[in-house]
Amino acid sequence: MKLRPKFQRKLVDNSVKVISTISAAVGIAFLVWILFEVVSRGASSLNIAFFTQPTAPPGIEGGGVANAILGTLIITTIATFIGVPVGVMSGVYLSEFGRASMFGKAVRFAMNVIMGVPSIIMGMFVYSFMVVTMGRFSGIAGAVSLSIIMIPVIARTTEDMLRLVPDSLRESALAVGTPYWKLTLSILFRAAKAGMTTGILLAVARVSGETAPLLFTALNSPYWPESITQPTANLTTTIFNYAMSPYADWQEMAWGASLVIMAGVLATTIAARSLSKES
Amino acid sequence: MSYVMNLGDTEIKMDSPAPLKKPETLPDPTITEPKISVRDLSFYYDDNQALIENSIDIANRKVTAIIGPSGCGKSTHIRVYNRIFELYRDQKATGEVYLDGENILDPSVDIIELRRKVGMIFQKPTPFPMSIFNNVAYGIKLHYSVSRNELAARVENALKSAALWNEVKDILQRPGTSLSGGQQQRLCIARAIAVEPEVLLMDEPTSAIDPLATAKIEELIEGLKKQYTIVIVTHNMQQAARISDYTAFFYEGNIVEFDDTSKIFTNPAQKQTEDYITGRFG
Repeated sequence: MKLRPKFQRKLVDNSVKVISTISAAVGIAFLVWILFEVVSRGASSLNIAFFTQPTAPPGIEGGGVANAILGTLIITTIATFIGVPVGVMSGVYLSEFGRASMFGKAVRFAMNVIMGVPSIIMGMFVYSFMVVTMGRFSGIAGAVSLSIIMIPVIARTTEDMLRLVPDSLRESALAVGTPYWKLTLSILFRAAKAGMTTGILLAVARVSGETAPLLFTALNSPYWPESITQPTANLTTTIFNYAMSPYADWQEMAWGASLVIMAGVLATTIAARSLSKES
Repeated sequence: MSYVMNLGDTEIKMDSPAPLKKPETLPDPTITEPKISVRDLSFYYDDNQALIENSIDIANRKVTAIIGPSGCGKSTHIRVYNRIFELYRDQKATGEVYLDGENILDPSVDIIELRRKVGMIFQKPTPFPMSIFNNVAYGIKLHYSVSRNELAARVENALKSAALWNEVKDILQRPGTSLSGGQQQRLCIARAIAVEPEVLLMDEPTSAIDPLATAKIEELIEGLKKQYTIVIVTHNMQQAARISDYTAFFYEGNIVEFDDTSKIFTNPAQKQTEDYITGRFG
């Protein structure tokens, strides 16, 4: 029997190694490039006024994006307060009560579908049922559209994390006479704490950078946020508007705002990663 | 699907259990006023029958050992006593299990109170994700309203009864999972007896821990039987012989033989029992 030539095997082996290394390098190269670009262009516009002044009208020197930062914080916080309880409790349902039921399967399927729906559609959807009925754009409509994006992400991570808790722990808690609700809150949540927090933080990080769902809902505003039933300033729409504008100082501010958002998302993601490592 | 029809036909009897009927060939250990009386208990995983009309009496404040080869239904049998099997939708039990004359399979039985009275120790120690102190305090707080001082006293007592107090009294705030396997299992015993149960079910409690820790737990069981009715499933026949008063031999979902432990191990009535305890199969 004749041996296969070694040359061919080694060639294939090495090319696969090289191609996959290059692909991996492309991924990290873009991240580094984006980081470098945003930092080098955005850093110069960061000053005290940037973080303390509201946006200035076109043609007027100075101003900042403080109203947009505050608005984004408000919208994301409200979205979190809606999205986290609903998401976590749906995750509990999927993992503990509806594991095999038809309704549970339908919910899980729907969650997976919603996760793949482009976020601009959430914006259009909330526009049609909140903005149109209320008669105006509002911060709360923005928060609702972000929370709809959060819910399936949080529900599925919560479900996955709870499913990792072994049944033996459920059994031993039930065996001392724990009611099921208490088993969930005092034992399962505790056992799955790190993973669930990671999922929540990643969902928050993701929606805090969303623009499309806010375009039709929170819109934007040059003023300080006064009421969540009014159009509310926010960073991502501000970046969108400023970057599209013909004014050089606005474009520079858009870079600055991008830097702020990116730093925020990065910090949240790193926090989430370190939490998941702890467990 | 025949079992569903059986379930519908089963009448739930609330009066005292009928006397234990045994096939003629079987001896009958004399158990007066049993703590638990099982009558015609059958068990199904989906459509697979795992227990076939088990009937047995469990003596009050004695140790009853359940032995038999893997997959014979030993664990399945005792998992009915506290209805823990109900965690899984596809598992069903039919027949009657009387605890002090009350059929615990009756849907009207308060399951939380049942599980307070019938504690369970599992094969693998499963401390809750909390401190040693809170592992034991958890069940007490669940069932009793107690002051902080009383809680601390009860936790101490439970840990002493589980022969763990001296090893953990200075590290009560450490996580339960930081203990060794044998200590974790004694912590689980402390957790179970802290709620003042009447029955302790032990499902191969020493199979996951080392021989020295096993010896400690066996010694512990010897002491615990003064206060509790203990049913222990074990793979270890020497263990059954050492610590139990009565032994039941299970095979393929049937109780083949049930008698005084000394008789089972010295003079079994059934050929199958003899073959198993002499190591010819299993």
